[in-house]
Amino acid sequence: MTSQSRETIALASEPPRARAIARPSLRQILIALAVLVAVVVPFVLKSFFIFQLTLVMVYGLAILGLNLLTGFNGQFSLGHSAFYGIGAYTAAILMEQLDIAYYWTLPCAGAVCFLVGFLFGFPALRLQGLYLALATFALATAMPQILKFHPLEPWTGGVQGIVILKPDPPSGVPLNADQWLYFFTLAVLLVMFAGAANLATSRTGRAIMAIRDHPIAAATMGINTALYKTLTFGVSALYTGVAGALGAIAIQFVAPDSFTFLLSVSLLVGLVVGGVGSIPGSLFGGVFVLFVPNIAERVSTGLAGAIYGVILLLVIYVMPSGAAGFVRFAATRLKSKGKLR
Amino acid sequence: MKKISRRSILAAAPSALVLTALPVRAEKQYGPGVTDTEIKIGNTGPYSGPASSYGTIPKAEAAYFRMLNDQGGVNGRKINFISYDDAYTPPKTVEQVRKLVEEDSVLLMLAPLGTPTNSAIQRYLNQKKVPQLFVATGATKWNDPSHFPWTMGWQPNYQSEGHVYAAYIMEHQPNGKIGILYQNDDFGKDYLKGVKDGLGDKAKSMIIVEAPYETTDPTVDSQIISMKSAGADVFVNTGIPKFAAQAIRKAAEVGWKPLHILSSVGASVGATLKPAGLENAKDLISAAYIKDPTDPQWKNDPGYQQWVAFMDKYYPEGDKTDAGNVVGPSFCQTLVQVLKQCGDNLTRENIMKEAANLHDFTVPMLLPGIKINTSPTDFAPIKQIQMARFDGERWTLFGPVLSGELSG
Amino acid sequence: MELLLQQVLAGLATGAIYASMALAVVMIYQAIDHLNFAQGEMAMFSTFLAWQMLQWGWPYWAAFVGAVVLSFVGGVAIERILFKPIQNAPILSQLAAFIALYGILNSSAGWIWDFNIKTFPSPFGSAPLFGERLVSTHQAGMIGVTLLMLALLYFFFRGSRLGLAMRAAATNPESARLVGIRVGWMIALGWGMSAAVGAVAGMLIAPVVFLEPNMMLGVLLYGFAGAVLGGLSSPGGAVAGGFAVGVIENLAGTFIPYVGRELKLTIALVLIVAVLMFKPSGVFGRTVVSRV
Repeated sequence: MTSQSRETIALASEPPRARAIARPSLRQILIALAVLVAVVVPFVLKSFFIFQLTLVMVYGLAILGLNLLTGFNGQFSLGHSAFYGIGAYTAAILMEQLDIAYYWTLPCAGAVCFLVGFLFGFPALRLQGLYLALATFALATAMPQILKFHPLEPWTGGVQGIVILKPDPPSGVPLNADQWLYFFTLAVLLVMFAGAANLATSRTGRAIMAIRDHPIAAATMGINTALYKTLTFGVSALYTGVAGALGAIAIQFVAPDSFTFLLSVSLLVGLVVGGVGSIPGSLFGGVFVLFVPNIAERVSTGLAGAIYGVILLLVIYVMPSGAAGFVRFAATRLKSKGKLR
Repeated sequence: MKKISRRSILAAAPSALVLTALPVRAEKQYGPGVTDTEIKIGNTGPYSGPASSYGTIPKAEAAYFRMLNDQGGVNGRKINFISYDDAYTPPKTVEQVRKLVEEDSVLLMLAPLGTPTNSAIQRYLNQKKVPQLFVATGATKWNDPSHFPWTMGWQPNYQSEGHVYAAYIMEHQPNGKIGILYQNDDFGKDYLKGVKDGLGDKAKSMIIVEAPYETTDPTVDSQIISMKSAGADVFVNTGIPKFAAQAIRKAAEVGWKPLHILSSVGASVGATLKPAGLENAKDLISAAYIKDPTDPQWKNDPGYQQWVAFMDKYYPEGDKTDAGNVVGPSFCQTLVQVLKQCGDNLTRENIMKEAANLHDFTVPMLLPGIKINTSPTDFAPIKQIQMARFDGERWTLFGPVLSGELSG
Repeated sequence: MELLLQQVLAGLATGAIYASMALAVVMIYQAIDHLNFAQGEMAMFSTFLAWQMLQWGWPYWAAFVGAVVLSFVGGVAIERILFKPIQNAPILSQLAAFIALYGILNSSAGWIWDFNIKTFPSPFGSAPLFGERLVSTHQAGMIGVTLLMLALLYFFFRGSRLGLAMRAAATNPESARLVGIRVGWMIALGWGMSAAVGAVAGMLIAPVVFLEPNMMLGVLLYGFAGAVLGGLSSPGGAVAGGFAVGVIENLAGTFIPYVGRELKLTIALVLIVAVLMFKPSGVFGRTVVSRV
């Protein structure tokens, strides 16, 4: 917020310049570069690393979902593992029990999760802060129990879970299954991240953020707080649900105990590390969540959890507002240094 | 890493036939991860997370291979044991196994731990034709060579153990009312199914309380009270040590003395019965296939003494009351036998062939009379267990060695 | 009827575990306005320290007092060293720091003392209470100690100057500074007290559930649920909430047919959330009215 107002002041104080051709902003250049790298990478790296990058994107998307709710709308959620799990199981059941093609599972997972999230948003309206946290935590803890529930076993596979066949690339495309899934995930990621960015800069996005910052003022201004909050819950669940479906396809397996409360905690950590309220930060959060446990394990197998904790603490000390906050901070410092010279 | 393609083998076949008539050393055939001096073996286990108490099993395996390498390895090759943490979450297991197969190029996977974790990687390993040997779980589904020719179990599976208990109940308390405590996941439900199937038609009438618990439950007191209240006089206790101990203690506290059957998972004297109170555990019935290291009757047994010496030298921080530290080295010893049988033909195909070719093989910590047997249609190496009764100090084995084989 | 009574009593006994944890949770919440995820692990670590002292031959009460004192000091130290640098960071970052602390404590405990269960003695013995087999002396003792701690804390916060200063520092740090209260040290004190309460809770819980590094995860979550149910601004409410959670869960598991056994945790939580619908700040909580 502050950096944005600083930018506005900076822009206002610049002399007017005639611009014949619109120059792409630094941000747009960086995004284009990133996409270019992302497209080239699977032809250079080995299958296993491509698989890991696919998972990074999946977690990044899941964290973006959490970000929409907590970062942009200020509603605290410990329950996103439930949405991730619902998305994953939707994909698994559709693919294995009903033989539906993998690309259709994404919109279905999204729709189911939107509905669940939206419905959950109603009771959530009454709760604030830690009370809301408990309600979402209840959702997260309930999910594995429901998935293991005996009468639902013919659909969910019960405690044994469901094994999924990895989709092959369409005939004629010279990619292996890993590469194809990578590109599929990348495409979905770009679309959904663009959607979120669009949302953030739109009127709706401003309304959502206003509710976070000053709920009473927002209501006074005529924003239908209840509607926006429940819709945000739904959209947030949708994003995480689609991520769950993609994750299930990548891992090729779903089981109830993969979607416990601990997954919610991981997503929360990723959100914080990436930067609350930052869309590109969510991707950084995905990188952290996937790779840092591996790094911690390499240091010491017995104390992996402790090393992970130490790394997390260091990250928080150095970047209290997450990676995005750090980048903003560095950018502002560089800009102001430029001005003073 | 030398790899000889099938085509060249076939081309060489006629001359090979001639050569085999003469006593010449067979040509070396290597799969991935094998050199003249080294064999790479992959493993995953829960070093962190809620199941971390089982993390000692891969640690014991690593220690065993250190000992083996100090003694010269197998056929002159040392074992490079690469084990990664999967925190008992299937997505992580998939990632780590892919790393082992695609980055580290291991020859085979030895004893990956857990049922959902192994389920997650089973199809992948079979597709890639990587041996998934001696999985560290008692689930029943691993004995299925026709569908999963690269996956093999090891320990007697939970369902067959359940069958054994059901048979015992039918024999000693045919009109009994049964309460069964089980963990609400795959392993617990496998036991439940085994007992139910073993009771057959009488299951519905005999089992009056089915009491699940979650690993996040602090106690199982409520379940015990329910069973006592319902009038159960048989108690099948399939909990892991923490909950099995709580159940034993609570039953004694509330003065409930049923026919108390304890599954092998929770039967360790040191890990379960001592905390529960040895006096409370008198007359407990269980079934076992390995020697309990805390049982005084094995004090002078050479197999036990070997094991203690190994633990003292190579894994001194390991807990000698933990049965996991017995099972781990036993997996390794079985693998070593397979590797020995392979000789210099260390392709993945031959590994599976020899793994399915074990006859009456034993490892030192198996109970006397229990043998490892496999064949191309039988991927359950250990099918036998023996019943035992706790007398307040040790598990006294009784009855014949029972065979409860089942395929998944 | 008898089963109902037994399950209620058993629920109260288990609830005592949750109540003592809920008390520690609320204590720190009152001091710093956040939920400390690592509370359970701190309690577990304290209990292990006590166990280690017992292994070295110290008598029970020496180990008990030793662990409580060490935990108090440790709590203060953790606050001053780990959390003071980030006290101005966004709430979620502080939350992540708690998660990091959880990982560090859990992993270290497992590494130092391994994961097998250990027995921890109870100062109350475990004989049946009044000869009745439903409640043991230990469980009665646990309930008693929890209520005693609650009473002590109540009088401390209401009746002593220091307690008043702590409450002021938590409610309105700026005004508190203006009247000369050293807010930073009040927060540290809150942490220390919370850690001490947690240590007592841990040492009462361990005899029942057996001591091992993962013993507190379920307890913390139930304790949190109890605290929220009772109201995070009310220590008495939190204790009542803890007991209530224990009873609800037991009754749900025993008496609701078909679903009860498998879904008892879910049912308990759903009930709590339903209660929160009517009383969004908890049953005994104070509703905060914010002025525009």
